[in-house]
Amino acid sequence: MVIATLAFYLFSAVAVASALMVVLSRNPVHSVLWLILTFFSAAGLFVILGAEFVAMLLVIVYVGAVMVLFLFVVMMMDVDFAELKSGMSKYVRIGSLIGLVILIELLMATGYWSGWIVADMAPDMRAAVTPALEETQNTIALGSILYTQYVYLFQAAGLVLLVAMIGAIVLTMRHRKDVKRQSIVGQIYRDADKAVEMIDVKPGQGL
Amino acid sequence: MEFMTDVFGFYFGTFLVILGQSLLVIVLILVALAFLMYADRKIWAAVQMRKGPNVVGVFGLLQSFADFIKYIVKEVVVPAGADKPVFFLAPMITFIFAVVAWVVIPFDDGWVVSNLNVGVLYIFAIGSLEVYGVIMGGWASNSKYPFLGALRSTAQMISYEVSIGFIIVGVLLSTGSLNFTAIVQAQSGYGALSWYWLPHLPMVALFFISALAETNRPPFDLPEAEAELVAGYQVEYSATPFLLFMIGELMAVVLMTALITILFFGGWLSPVSWLPDGIHWFILKMLFWFFMFAMAKALVPRYRYDQLMRLGWKVFLPLSLGWVVFVAAAAQFEWFGGFYVRWAVGG
Repeated sequence: MVIATLAFYLFSAVAVASALMVVLSRNPVHSVLWLILTFFSAAGLFVILGAEFVAMLLVIVYVGAVMVLFLFVVMMMDVDFAELKSGMSKYVRIGSLIGLVILIELLMATGYWSGWIVADMAPDMRAAVTPALEETQNTIALGSILYTQYVYLFQAAGLVLLVAMIGAIVLTMRHRKDVKRQSIVGQIYRDADKAVEMIDVKPGQGL
Repeated sequence: MEFMTDVFGFYFGTFLVILGQSLLVIVLILVALAFLMYADRKIWAAVQMRKGPNVVGVFGLLQSFADFIKYIVKEVVVPAGADKPVFFLAPMITFIFAVVAWVVIPFDDGWVVSNLNVGVLYIFAIGSLEVYGVIMGGWASNSKYPFLGALRSTAQMISYEVSIGFIIVGVLLSTGSLNFTAIVQAQSGYGALSWYWLPHLPMVALFFISALAETNRPPFDLPEAEAELVAGYQVEYSATPFLLFMIGELMAVVLMTALITILFFGGWLSPVSWLPDGIHWFILKMLFWFFMFAMAKALVPRYRYDQLMRLGWKVFLPLSLGWVVFVAAAAQFEWFGGFYVRWAVGG
């Protein structure tokens, strides 16, 4: 397990360092790139846990799709970087408060803090839902639990996403009457007979 | 002390074996790439009744190596105002992710560096990361043409990733596994007739066209549409960084040929039952599909950008999504005598 331990410390160190750089770097585009590295290291941690499926989903969904949109938006925006960073001291207090709350929540969820049991329910609850790695592949385990026990919640989540998508389209789409539009069908059915006309030009006459 | 023996005993040996395997795959693919680049140009030239590269070496066989030396010794020009770290990171990302994708590709039964049980998802994840090489390169150049080129290129790659994903989902539904070796083994049986190209016939065409778009190959080479955007996201790149972009792109093309071979044409399986299976079939099938890529480049005129987007979102996406529904039904109710369902694990 030495290699796994080394890999764990490598991925955690990179994750923490790049998460810090997200906040500290001066350029928003660099922040997004550091955030991508953070996600990537988190995916590495998932792989060490034996949850390859979740790791790959993290990379595909967050790094491959969400962060590309982030990057698009940040690159397109014309932001005054210096002004953006000057407000940082203002947000330090509220930011550290949120960080503290998340830390306490994590402690509760883990149940342990260096031998001191914070919430004794947590380990039992986790042990109940996690089958041993030898028993099943995590892809199969996730699939069978999502589509049997939690199928209604799963469908509901899909429905919420669908509604959000339709809502975004309805909000942004507007039909302008005064703009010339392409008729794709017209373009497809246009052929050489309709587009090109053969004219026999007599010498010296022109058209 | 125990720690040291652990690291330098067992683990170090395993580490060396994995390193050796990876190096072998990388070197072989890079050398093959040099000749594939030459083949690409020769095929293109033959269609246009030109000679193509014919000066360096016998029949111009060493042309790619001459190009390589030229790229290496040229001066690296960094544009003023460019974001230097990101500027040099971009080609490296393109190259590295193009290389690391190969670890899960099985060349023969058991000839795979890492037999990951989520191999398909891994390829997909790496493919989605390759977008960053393009977008970072375009942005870091601090110039309008590369930036516009990068935006168009990224939009194109993301659009076609969606349909490629759905096409692969169909194959996964038939196999019941995300492992490439399992996908190939599910296609064994009656030679070429039990490969997935037959049950998934419409998707082979869709996958091929999507692969052309995903790898920015003609007729979808809008990222480097010379007439409109000079050369897209890599305008400002020269010498070795440009070479890395070029190798990364071509390697993505070769990876796509490997994917078509594995997903639809039975990987290393022999097309007839009386000939032995082996890596030679894998390579022959890949070469055939590379030939098809080169022919598409030579024969088909370039698409317009709005046509490309329309094809991706309004034609390919509904078609492949509908196919997923069809395959799911065919697999669940075992239509066509279980033609669509070859589950070995899970079920």
